[in-house]
Amino acid sequence: MPTATRRRAGVRRAVRRAGAPLLLLLPSLILVGVFVYGLIVANTRQSTTDNHTAAQATGQAPTTGVGLRNYLDLLGSEEFQHSLTNLVLYTVVFLVGTMVIGFAWAWLLDKPLRGEGIFRSVYLFPMAVSFIASGVVWRWLLNSNQGEQASGLNRLFQMIGLDALQNNWWNNVSVGIVAIAIPAIWQLSGYVMALFLAGFRGIPVELREAARVDGASEWKLYRHVLFPQLSPIALSALIIIGHMSLKAFDLIMSISKPANYQTKVPAVDMYVFKSAFDYANAAAVGTILLVIVAVVIVPYLVHTHRQGRR
Amino acid sequence: MVAAAAAVMALALAACGGGGDEPETEGGATGGSDEVEVFTWWAAGSEKAGLDALVAVFDEQHPDVTFINGAVAGGAGSQAKDLLQTRLQAQDPPDTFQAHAGAELQDYIDAAQIEPVTDLYDEFGLTDAFPADLMDRLTAEDGEIYSIPSNIHRANVVWTNRQVLTDAGLDPDATYDDLSSWMDDMETLKKAGVTPLAVAQAWTQVHLLETVLLADLGAEGYSGLWDGSTDWEGPEVKAALEDFQTLMGYTNTDRDGLDWPESQQLVIDGKAAFTVMGDWAEASYEEQKQELGTDYSAYAVPGTDGVFDFLADSFTLPVGAPHPDGANAWLETVGSAEGQEAFNKAKGSIPARTDVDMSTFGEYQQAAAEAFKSDTIVSSLAHGAAVPVATLTAITDATSKFTSGASDLATFQSELAAANAG
Repeated sequence: MPTATRRRAGVRRAVRRAGAPLLLLLPSLILVGVFVYGLIVANTRQSTTDNHTAAQATGQAPTTGVGLRNYLDLLGSEEFQHSLTNLVLYTVVFLVGTMVIGFAWAWLLDKPLRGEGIFRSVYLFPMAVSFIASGVVWRWLLNSNQGEQASGLNRLFQMIGLDALQNNWWNNVSVGIVAIAIPAIWQLSGYVMALFLAGFRGIPVELREAARVDGASEWKLYRHVLFPQLSPIALSALIIIGHMSLKAFDLIMSISKPANYQTKVPAVDMYVFKSAFDYANAAAVGTILLVIVAVVIVPYLVHTHRQGRR
Repeated sequence: MVAAAAAVMALALAACGGGGDEPETEGGATGGSDEVEVFTWWAAGSEKAGLDALVAVFDEQHPDVTFINGAVAGGAGSQAKDLLQTRLQAQDPPDTFQAHAGAELQDYIDAAQIEPVTDLYDEFGLTDAFPADLMDRLTAEDGEIYSIPSNIHRANVVWTNRQVLTDAGLDPDATYDDLSSWMDDMETLKKAGVTPLAVAQAWTQVHLLETVLLADLGAEGYSGLWDGSTDWEGPEVKAALEDFQTLMGYTNTDRDGLDWPESQQLVIDGKAAFTVMGDWAEASYEEQKQELGTDYSAYAVPGTDGVFDFLADSFTLPVGAPHPDGANAWLETVGSAEGQEAFNKAKGSIPARTDVDMSTFGEYQQAAAEAFKSDTIVSSLAHGAAVPVATLTAITDATSKFTSGASDLATFQSELAAANAG
C-alpha cells in the first residue's frame, strides 16, 4: 500500500475514533471557550486600557492602551493594599476556623454515638441559609455599640458578666474583617465536618483493627493510620473553602456596606469601580482576583490530574 | 375583542395626528407616541404613592399614551442604577428614566446617552416657573439642560427630639447661629449619656460633611468647591473638616452598619438628640404620628440659615428612546403644575415650580417651599447635584477611610482635594 493511502486511512480511523466524542463535547467546548476564556481575554484587554469614564465606556471618547499601569497604580495604592490585607486576613481566619471546627466535629461524631444523625443535620444546617440572609442577622449580632447602647453579642456579653469581651467587631479598621469571618465559619464548618466524616467512614475498619492488634495507642492510630488517609479530603476542603473565601462578596455586602473602608476586599472594590463607570480598574481588580484564585487552585488541579493518571 | 383592537388603532391614529403639530425636539423621531416606559426606583412607600399620583395626572392629560411602569426596587436606587447602566450600554434605553438633577447627569451626557431638553423648557413654559437659581444649577457646562425636575428636597435640615433636649436641661426651642454653639450643647448631651448626633453609613456621613462645609464656607464658598474657585487645600476647608471631626466624635458608634431610616429612628425613639438628614425624613415622622413643634423640631443646619441645599429627582430623554413622543408627553406632565402638585403632596417633597398652590400641603412642606423661593440655592454633594458619580465615589471612600480611623485630617483633606481634581 502506498504511504499516502495508508496515512489517509490512519486519519480516517482517528476521526472515527475521536469524532463522536468530539462532536458531543463541541457545544460545551464552544460555550466555555466563548463565555469563560473569551471573556477572560476581553476582561484582561479592558484592564490594560485607560477606560476610566462613562464617555470612554460608550466609545464617545477614545481609549488608549496603558499597559500594566492600572495594575501598578492599584497595587501601589494604600486603599487596595488594605483590601488585599483584608482578603488575606479573612481567608486565613475562615480557613483555620472551618478546618479546626469541622475536623473536631467530625472526629467527635466518628465515635459511635446515639442521635448522630441529629447532630449531623444540626451542624450542616447553617449551610442551607444564604449568605445574604444570615448576613442580615449577623449585622445585628455584630453591632458595634458598647455600654448602655449595646445590642446583639455585646449585649449578650454584658448579660453574662463578660463585659470585657465587648468590642466594636467589624468596625475595627485594622482587623475588623475577621469579625465577618465568624458568620462564614458558622455557615461552612458543618460542610467541612461532612467532608471529614465521609473520609473517616471511608477508612476500612480492618486498618483500625490491625493497628490496635499491633498495639498502637489511640494517638498513634490517628497519627499514623487515619490522618494520612484523610489528607486528600483535607486538601479538597482547603481548596473549596479557600476559593469561596477569595471570592467573598455577598456576606460582606450584607453585613457592612460597599463604601465602608474597614471591610473592603477586592471583590467590593470591583463593584465600586464598576458603579462609578471605571471599567478599566474594575477589570484589573477582576484579573488580580482571578490570578489569586488560580495560584490556589491550579496546583491542586495539577496534583489531582497526576494522581488520576497514576 | 375586535372592538377593543379597533379602539386602540383609532387612538394610535389620533395620537399620530396630534403629534404632528407639536414641534419636534432635537433628534426626536416622529411616531412612537402610544406608550411610554418610565424607569424609576420609586417602588415602595411614599415614593410609590407619589408615582401613582403622578400617573393619575398623566392619564388625565395624555389619555392616548399608555404608561408602562419600569420601577426597579432595592438598595435606595442602586439596583435600578445598575440595571439602567446595563440597558443603556446595550442601547436598549427606557423611554425616560429617573436621575438626580445636576452633575450626576454628566456621565450620561458625556456618554451621549441623553438628549438636551432645553427646547422643552420653552415649550412647556418652565423657564419662568422655576427659580432662577435652580435654572443655573440645572444647566450643564455646555449651556444645555438635560432633565426636568419633578420634585425638590432640602438636604441641610436638622431633626431634633424635643423630649431628649428637655431631659438634658436644654431649651428645645433654641436655634443656633453657628456650629460651635451647637457643639457646646452636644457636649452637654454627651455628659447626660445620650448620643448627641445620629448618623448612619458612609453616604449619610458625606451628607453631614456637606452641610458642615456649607455652614463654615458659606453658600458662595461652598459652591466654589465645585467650580474650582474655593481651594480644597486651604485653611477654611481645614477648619470645616476639624468641625466635621468634632461632630463625628458625638455620633453613634454603630453608624457604619445603619442606613438612614435606622439613624432617624434613633432620634424618634429618643436614643439620640439630633440628626442631619434631607427632608424626606419628614415622611417617617408622619407615619409614626409625630407632631412638628411638640415631638420634634426641624430647622436649617446651624450656620446654613437662608441657604437651600437642594437635590432633585428629574426625568430625562434618552438617546434612541423607542417612544420619544410618549417621553415628551411624560415630561410635560412632570413639569406641569398639576403633576408637581399631585406628586409632591403624596411623596412629601416640594414642587420645583414656584407657582403651585401650597395651601393644601403639610406644615413642613409649606415652610420648605417658602424657603425655596427666597433662599440661596446650592447643590447637594451627597445626592448627585454637585459632582459626577466618580467624584462622589472618591469623596465617599475618603470620608469612610477618615471616619473609620484609617487616615488623619491632613490625609483626608488631600484625598478630598485629589477626588475633586479628578
